[in-house]
Amino acid sequence: MGMTITEKILSRAAGKDKVTPGEIINAKLDVVMCHDVSTPPAISMLVEKGIDKVFDREKIIVTPDHFQPAKDIKSAELHKRLDEWTRRHKIKHYYKLGRVGVCHALLPEQGHIRPGEVIIGGDSHTCTYGAFAAFGTGVGSTDLAAAVATGELWFKVPASMKFILNGSLGSGVYSKDVILAIIARIGVDGALYRAMEFVGPVLASMSMEARMTITNMAIEAGAKNGIMGFDKVTKQYLDEHLKDKKDYTVYESDEDAEYVSVEVFDCSAIEPMVALPHLPSNGVPISECAGKEMDQAYIGSCTNGRIEDLRIAAEILKGKKVTIRTLVVPATPAIWKQAKDEGLFDAFYDAGCVIAAPTCGACLGGFMGVLAEGEKCISTTNRNFVGRMGHPKSEVYLASPATAAASAIQGKLADPRNYLE
Amino acid sequence: MSKVHVYKRDHINTDEIIPARYLNTDDETELAKHCLEDLDVDFVNKVEAGDIIVAGEDFGCGSSREHAIWAIRGAGVQTVIAKTFARIFYRNAINNGFYVIESPEAIEKINNGDELEIDYKTGLIKNETAGIDIKFAPLPDFALEIIKAGGLLNKLVKNNH
Repeated sequence: MGMTITEKILSRAAGKDKVTPGEIINAKLDVVMCHDVSTPPAISMLVEKGIDKVFDREKIIVTPDHFQPAKDIKSAELHKRLDEWTRRHKIKHYYKLGRVGVCHALLPEQGHIRPGEVIIGGDSHTCTYGAFAAFGTGVGSTDLAAAVATGELWFKVPASMKFILNGSLGSGVYSKDVILAIIARIGVDGALYRAMEFVGPVLASMSMEARMTITNMAIEAGAKNGIMGFDKVTKQYLDEHLKDKKDYTVYESDEDAEYVSVEVFDCSAIEPMVALPHLPSNGVPISECAGKEMDQAYIGSCTNGRIEDLRIAAEILKGKKVTIRTLVVPATPAIWKQAKDEGLFDAFYDAGCVIAAPTCGACLGGFMGVLAEGEKCISTTNRNFVGRMGHPKSEVYLASPATAAASAIQGKLADPRNYLE
Repeated sequence: MSKVHVYKRDHINTDEIIPARYLNTDDETELAKHCLEDLDVDFVNKVEAGDIIVAGEDFGCGSSREHAIWAIRGAGVQTVIAKTFARIFYRNAINNGFYVIESPEAIEKINNGDELEIDYKTGLIKNETAGIDIKFAPLPDFALEIIKAGGLLNKLVKNNH
């Protein structure tokens, strides 16, 4: 029996010829991602246990993205603890304010993600990196502490589910609609403890930015990781972004690899999707929910805050006015600059949007766009749980940047296809 | 004897367990004041040391925030019994030395306010109120080792000495 790409990467990291689903392994880590919510507690634990050390100062990437710039005194204290720690251990890749970006957009952009590697981060959306034929998974602070100190972590090898994405996407339909359709079919625990492996012709036509939107939300189906194969699109992105270490190993699933299930999607049939409150699995086609009044639109996050997302939103907003509060949050400083240079900011400004500095901010109800009681937000983010973006009686509707932009103009859930040629 | 708080719901997520508006601190006592706030605002007033939470499927889904474990533990909760757990929450629990119990039938056989006695070694929940025994599969050995050590980092420290 052959192995899946996930099993191959994990067996390499565990120094074994073969691993099987369910097996507990100890894997060597290639990259450890740290941010301002999960890392300060990890640092405190290490200090308290007398093991305040780092396994490799060049393999730890730090970006205090969640509450940056500091939203209050307590978050400023978190940043201060992080700052002192990075200085104490001479962490090489510490993205400070001015270069801070939303972690899962920043790491690939700055050349820290390579195929075949094992990446863990103190953030559930670390599964994003699987778009690069790598193994990425999110952990809590204790795991993060152990990872930072030792460069190793225990894993249970996940069984893999295969998702075959056939057909081609219609106008106004994007990778966000595909992942919302997938989660609507299998549910928020449909891939619990599993690897979600995505294949098929639809992926070949997608940019890395679009692909990352899909792997980003693997956790919203309960998965341990989301993963895709390597192709010329992957190679081109890496050629443009890798800096220090440019070599990597490409793994692919064997023909006779074992999958616990195979799901086939005809993506040509997918409409623009909206996930209704309060679960990411509540996705329905826009035709079933258009007209619902909104109070705010949010375009940003590790799911949909990349340059391609901003271009899609700007294309729809150009020459139009928004009728509700609309926030555009480029995910990284480089994306911010590129959007400005391309003239996208003009479209956003003229339409009446606010353009914010990169931060996770309101996606998790932190700051910069928090909702009041009873308010409704159309958002390009990844979660719409109770209270996610603010008051426990507020509501979040998840959609693509195109659907969010169209809805911002109408002030209610709207079909982006009405704004496209 | 421990009292039970039953939530007959699936997918009780980390945003409900500890909303992100409180993630600007990692102080367990502070977090405990807001435990389950967006699910049951009265929980913190009802809960007593040693109490138990019982819930449906996929408990703890969403964020990787370990603050969810700390808030629950800080509130004095002894354990959570759920049909299933979300992966990262389950892992965080083990890493913290916090024993959680997977039981597909507990939610059907335990009511709010019931008093329970749990034998973690043999895998037995005694519902003293209803007079029912519920068996569960104890945690696997590698997880027990971590729990016995008092968490992953304690195990790490022990192994290095």
